[in-house]
Amino acid sequence: MGYKKDQIKDFAEEIKEKDKDIKAFITIVDDPEVPESGEYKGVPIAIKDNIITEGIKTTCASKILENYIPPFDATVVKKLKEAGFVIIGKTNLDEFAMGSSTERSAFFPTRNPIDLERIPGGSSGGSAAAVAADMVPVALGSDTGGSIRQPSAFTGIYGFKPTYGLVSRYGLVAFASSLDQIGPMAKTVDDIAKVMSVIAGKDEMDSTTVDVNIDFLKDLNKGIKGMKIGAIKTVFDEQGLHEDVANAFEEFVKVIEELGAEVEWVDVPSIKYSVAVYYIIAPSEVSSNLSRFDGVRYGLRIKGENIKEMYMKTRNAGFGEEVKRRILLGTFTLSATYYEAYFSKAQKVRRKISDELYNSLKEFDALILPTVPTPAPKIGEIKDPLTYYLMDIFTIPANLAGLPAINVPFGKSGNLPLGMQIMGRRFEDAKVLRIAKAIQESTTKNKDGKTHGCYREIKS
Amino acid sequence: MSRYRTVIGLEIHVQLSTKTKMFCSCSAESFDAEPNTNICPVCTGQPGVLPVINEQAVEYAVKTSLALNFDVHEYSRFDRKNYFYPDLPKGYQITQYFHPIATNGWIEIEDEDGNKKKIRLRRLHMEEDAGKLIHAGNSMKGESLVDYNRAGVPLVEIVTEPDISSPKEARLFLEKLRSIVRYLGVSSGDMEKGALRCDANISVVDEETGRSSNRVEIKNINSFKFVEKALEYEAKRIREVLEKGENVPQETRGWNMKEKKTISMRSKEEENDYRYFPEPDLPPLVLSKEYIEKIKQSLPELPDQKKERFMKEYNLPRYDATVLTSDKDLASFFEEAAKLTGKPKDVSNYIMSQVLRYMNENNIESIYDTKIKPEHFKELFELVDSGKITTNIAKNIIKDILKTGKSPSEIVKEKGLEVVTDENKIAEIIKKAMEQNPDAVQQYKNGKKSVIGFFIGAVMKETKGKADPKVVQKIAAKLLEEE
Repeated sequence: MGYKKDQIKDFAEEIKEKDKDIKAFITIVDDPEVPESGEYKGVPIAIKDNIITEGIKTTCASKILENYIPPFDATVVKKLKEAGFVIIGKTNLDEFAMGSSTERSAFFPTRNPIDLERIPGGSSGGSAAAVAADMVPVALGSDTGGSIRQPSAFTGIYGFKPTYGLVSRYGLVAFASSLDQIGPMAKTVDDIAKVMSVIAGKDEMDSTTVDVNIDFLKDLNKGIKGMKIGAIKTVFDEQGLHEDVANAFEEFVKVIEELGAEVEWVDVPSIKYSVAVYYIIAPSEVSSNLSRFDGVRYGLRIKGENIKEMYMKTRNAGFGEEVKRRILLGTFTLSATYYEAYFSKAQKVRRKISDELYNSLKEFDALILPTVPTPAPKIGEIKDPLTYYLMDIFTIPANLAGLPAINVPFGKSGNLPLGMQIMGRRFEDAKVLRIAKAIQESTTKNKDGKTHGCYREIKS
Repeated sequence: MSRYRTVIGLEIHVQLSTKTKMFCSCSAESFDAEPNTNICPVCTGQPGVLPVINEQAVEYAVKTSLALNFDVHEYSRFDRKNYFYPDLPKGYQITQYFHPIATNGWIEIEDEDGNKKKIRLRRLHMEEDAGKLIHAGNSMKGESLVDYNRAGVPLVEIVTEPDISSPKEARLFLEKLRSIVRYLGVSSGDMEKGALRCDANISVVDEETGRSSNRVEIKNINSFKFVEKALEYEAKRIREVLEKGENVPQETRGWNMKEKKTISMRSKEEENDYRYFPEPDLPPLVLSKEYIEKIKQSLPELPDQKKERFMKEYNLPRYDATVLTSDKDLASFFEEAAKLTGKPKDVSNYIMSQVLRYMNENNIESIYDTKIKPEHFKELFELVDSGKITTNIAKNIIKDILKTGKSPSEIVKEKGLEVVTDENKIAEIIKKAMEQNPDAVQQYKNGKKSVIGFFIGAVMKETKGKADPKVVQKIAAKLLEEE
């Protein structure tokens, strides 16, 4: 049910109108390219603005790349175009994906379509808002510590972080390379599965991709009868856990049991270290990954008396506060004197957390836990970065262990949506989607009889 | 024995002559092209790009490691070395720091007197090259331009143990290493063009007091000729500081070619902290035993093996064999010519004297860059054997062949170099000389037989060396006796 060439311009105009208050997009393409062929010919998709698009400005919501027009397409973008998708625009994010609110965009914050006073979450807040506000049926985000799942939870949509190595990162502007993964955001699990079918797979340009063939659609509707699910009870130790989230989680367990799966409460004690580990490993990689933004070859350049001064002026003017904070952190943790005490130790703890999760998953088909401990805060409500960092506690473990994990919209806090998370074994992404689909079906049937917020399914 | 002992360790970068760059598909051969025409998003560090390991570079690194007697590891990994410099597009270099592909190797060097020494090699690892800075002319005062054609070309870095004890040994080591990489065909080994780059660590130990100076690193020794000179200069400088009873600061110095001295670049305190950490964009490099074994089996004959074989097969003295096998091209040329002529020692003599002298004088690296062919030797020897030219003439025309590529008989004909066999003509010249030099004749008569040399010389002068000295001697003796 895609758009034709002569309709797409009007569609882009429509998005511009809808986006006036929400500000989900950094760039809306004026005259989007409609592929001639492909299974999803003419279906519009929004791309997070840290994913490279040839000929379309890719800013990472940073001043340092404000006018950067890339010379090539990310592998995922290439695949989407080949499948017929129309790249309709580039969505807002926290600068270089570093943040959980989209307030850290160098240009403007994005608002949550459910409540314009609130953040849409982040860092893929623009993509989440664009989907939640029905501007596009699907969008791509990137997830390093929860950047797809957390905004999906705050805006009431599905957001999937695939197994590390399943989707090519070629063309994703690197934040923390060992954690980053691109994934789809949509209003139905079917749409998630369809986009996954297009973007997944081994890529010669990304040596960390793995050659596995997954059929995301075949078993999607087979239900979860007889599955064994582990509900992580460690989450109740979390001090910041909102009462409504706790209740929703218990309700979530019941729904899964009603669907015929066996749920067992399980302890994963080491996840309490995940935030600490993450905020050593991620900034370390950031400090290296962002070194290329030096004003020499592309992007912003502020002239100086000498090369060192040019570097300093350019990077000082080009990077925002949060980005600088992480570069400083990472430069420190990688320095020869502190490498053992911080980076090296963090790697060991990362392994321990991963092993604990892998061991649990030997027993269970999947693990469940809330996506975020709270509903979406108001814009400007949270001032200190640490509060935001701690909010990532439930999403970070999947990144550290490279596991697939999806946000399922489930429950409410007042009018605000909440999200629950399903985490699966490595490369059992299809099973994660299958569980999510079963829940989607049940909540649709059980709660309001409508398809959960879906406005347009992607059809060929 | 001298009071001071020099301790040298080298770090050598060898540029691999692979088809493509280390992590992208740009050509690795055409970095001399117009600036920035041999680049892509990957090797210019565009946002979002990722590296992909070049298999040929791995193969070359394994080849080199095996030829240098290294332990090649089935598991190795890449790491990032972080520092800011405009020629480094990503702000980090991908290298192997924590787990190099090979450790624990050695090279044997041999001096002119046949003294052998093993130099231990600590490690060999793979990495990528940087671009080149071009400092602009007056029109753009103070500005520099960057050419990324070379960025991402594969390198291996080889680090020695501090086993080198003189600048001369350092040169011998580098010559041997260059010879090996050329034999393997993994690098041009051309130091002047940057295909082989050398940094040296040097310290001096006072044997009397047992005290050692700090270690000084010398960078940018980018010419074969200067390795020995730079190290000699530095060893002397350090010795002089020690003799004054002063401390040698630990620092990095650069070799200044023009002034022929080393100049302080930065002190230890100014050293970079490279913040090494594992490269998350690349999985570990895992090689199978079979893969390593297969490359081992495919190694070509190396200089030392060839040398032993030449000594045995062609009955050459060790010195000849060493010189001839030091260069792969020279060795293969020799072998061809030796087989063709059946006179290996003669070929060796000509090559070691006339040919190498010509190549040195004209800065020619490979014998194949001269015009001489193995067939020329065959013809040349035939001319000598049949008595058409003298050995002296043969030696002289080698130079013409090297230069012009003309056949020996052609040159002999053109220049009229054929032996003067006309005994009457020779006798005439001698008679004339006897008439003009009665004193000499008298001396001969008085028993000073060595005077005959004077008459032989007169003939050689008149015939421009084309007369056979034996024939001349015979005739001269006869005429003088008759007088």
